[in-house]
Amino acid sequence: MNLLNVSGSPHVHSDESTKKIMWRVNLALAPMLIVAVAFFGLNALLISAVSVASCLLFQWLIEKFIMKTESTICDGSAVVTGLLLAFNVPATREMIWLVIIAALVAIGIGKMSFGGLGKNPFNPALVGRVFMLISFPVQMTTWPKPGENLFSMVSVPTTDATTGATPLGLIKEEGIGAAGDIWQYFIGNMGGSLGEVSALAILIGAVYLLCRKVITWHIPVSFIGTAFVFSGILWLCDKTAFLDPVTTILTGGIMLGACFMATDMVTSPMTKAGQLVFGFGCGLLTIIIRNWGNYPEGVSFAILLMNSVTPLLNRWFKPKRFAV
Amino acid sequence: MKTFAMGGVHPEENKISTNAVIEEFPLPKTAVILMTQHLGAPATPCVAKGDTVKVGQLIGKAEAFMCANVHSPFSGTVAKIDICKDAFGLAKPAVYINVDENDVWEESIDRTPDIVRQCDLDPKQIVDKLKEMGIVGLGGATFPTHIKYNIAPDKKAEYLIINAVECEPYLTSDHRVMMEHAEEICIGVSILRKCLGVPNAYIGIENNKPEPIAVMKKMAANFEGIIVEPLKVKYPQGAEKQLINAITGRCVPSGKLPIDVGCVVSNVGTAYAVYEAIQKNKPLIENILTVTGKKIQSQHNYHVRFGTTYSDIIAHALGELPETTGKVISGGPMMGKAVSNLDAPTTKGASSVLVIDADEAVRATESNCIRCGKCMNACPMGLEPYLFSALVRNRRIEEAGAHNILDCIECGCCFFSCPANKPLLDEIRLGKNLYRGILMAKKK
Repeated sequence: MNLLNVSGSPHVHSDESTKKIMWRVNLALAPMLIVAVAFFGLNALLISAVSVASCLLFQWLIEKFIMKTESTICDGSAVVTGLLLAFNVPATREMIWLVIIAALVAIGIGKMSFGGLGKNPFNPALVGRVFMLISFPVQMTTWPKPGENLFSMVSVPTTDATTGATPLGLIKEEGIGAAGDIWQYFIGNMGGSLGEVSALAILIGAVYLLCRKVITWHIPVSFIGTAFVFSGILWLCDKTAFLDPVTTILTGGIMLGACFMATDMVTSPMTKAGQLVFGFGCGLLTIIIRNWGNYPEGVSFAILLMNSVTPLLNRWFKPKRFAV
Repeated sequence: MKTFAMGGVHPEENKISTNAVIEEFPLPKTAVILMTQHLGAPATPCVAKGDTVKVGQLIGKAEAFMCANVHSPFSGTVAKIDICKDAFGLAKPAVYINVDENDVWEESIDRTPDIVRQCDLDPKQIVDKLKEMGIVGLGGATFPTHIKYNIAPDKKAEYLIINAVECEPYLTSDHRVMMEHAEEICIGVSILRKCLGVPNAYIGIENNKPEPIAVMKKMAANFEGIIVEPLKVKYPQGAEKQLINAITGRCVPSGKLPIDVGCVVSNVGTAYAVYEAIQKNKPLIENILTVTGKKIQSQHNYHVRFGTTYSDIIAHALGELPETTGKVISGGPMMGKAVSNLDAPTTKGASSVLVIDADEAVRATESNCIRCGKCMNACPMGLEPYLFSALVRNRRIEEAGAHNILDCIECGCCFFSCPANKPLLDEIRLGKNLYRGILMAKKK
């Protein structure tokens, strides 16, 4: 007979694993990818594929040649980063190669420089996106018009001349009169980054994650709720200067940010109370940046800023102890 | 339906030996009786090499305060008195017995199958007799029962809680004892209730055991002040603080005992042992042991006398261990201990021989913490296992102490639920020991 194994209790384990969690997130991102391909055509698919492939490649290279550790590319986290990164850029042709730089920054600086998955203080995909926004401002704000390629997978747009603008960009330039139809915004027929346009697809993914208990409602609800209430108060104060709250939460990256970026386990607080405060901060900062900042959109900055206070929130908001 | 307030997990139940009727385990050829089968100081051997002993004869005397008498579970001759390694590798004083096949019992023990219902002893006499008979808690901690029921004058018991939760996967000994000895248990509970002078005793049973609930409810109806309380299934409901919380809503504060909130908790197996000790003069010499595992052919529940070795039990129940065995556990898979020495004897606290297959016996590779908070949400004490892990790894023990590491009840929910497979409970145990050392050094 073999020697008996001896170890401390417990001797059984739930079948939960990091890998399963990450692949559930990937599955939840699928509806957004489908909508992106439907609205933006083959570009969207190419950008996503290049982004995921380069994230995997950079992680593999860094682990093999710099960190000299066993490869962890199978755990699915690099795929999550790759997809989220692709979802945060415009679906233009240039992005197909520019996203490689973004992937290097996201994986190399955002994640691996801190020691890999779990050690990064900031959401890697957002690190990549913000780097691109600052380094390539023109390319990152050149938006293809959605719908022109509707369900036409094969018709790659010949040029990027048919640029549109995001609703938020238009409003920043032309005032709130430029806001469009809420229903179109809800299904995602507007200019914007690949994955952020369709609130419907995002909600489908988010509901799946809630059901599989990968995320809890606390961050999305407090993020979107805060943005809604704060923008609602501003709108009630002056309806000619501020955007109405429904359009506010449906446009830009609030939905994607609140459901998929801010809820990243690694970079968000652990207790429910901490998560509510985190979401509140994200919502507040987003509306402040949108209305009084230079950029038309502030979700990325808001989440990164709140990421930086996550350790503090973990220190301040402790779980309730038994019998205290 | 009631359950405890926070945390908890739902491991696979795997109660495959539920329907195996309790069998008498045959006498082994030799036996080793450890003098430490309880929480506290070892008992002092009071027999010498060459002495003949009867079943139920006192062979280890409790001299320290925190100690319990040890009686011989076998008749025969004392081969030697020596040090023996227990199942987990710890050296303990022991009495070795060459077992006599004739099985001669002490005359004072009532071996008839009749049920003795009348008990005229007063509380003091009950406690004295529990001490004499070497009764300890059979839920796992083996705390000497006579100490628990000797309530300090400044404390007052309000609730007697009988733990029949059996929340550990696989284990079925409590289930079987309730099915087969319900009346004896109720008499035992009545004796304990009388001993404490409390109006009601609550028997907590998880509702995944409908048959024992029905049997006990029916039986309890014939007794005064015994209430069967079905509980919603959630591990670790059988932990003392969690069970008190589930049944009474009260919380035992950090560092306090159940009696500080007016509760006394005993296992249902202990109640049965109390009946046998008080009514039948039978000292604690045997226990009900589940022999189970997913890959083994036959499932058993045995009456096993302490001192029988694990290898004897395996040889009789299974012939030999399956080829693919990876681990043998004494106790349940959540809190039981892995046996490193199969030739060691069983003790009063043993509740099962659980055979785990090789593919389940090896831990998965550990990866980085992804701060998902599952350990924290699973913790029934509201602690932060991930934080303890990081602090203990960096030997920041006093900080871990300040975060109440000593509150941990070692239920294993954190490690069970960790997606990164971090050995959280190993680290917490280490941290608790190191922190206790620091506290001891400070006292001096």
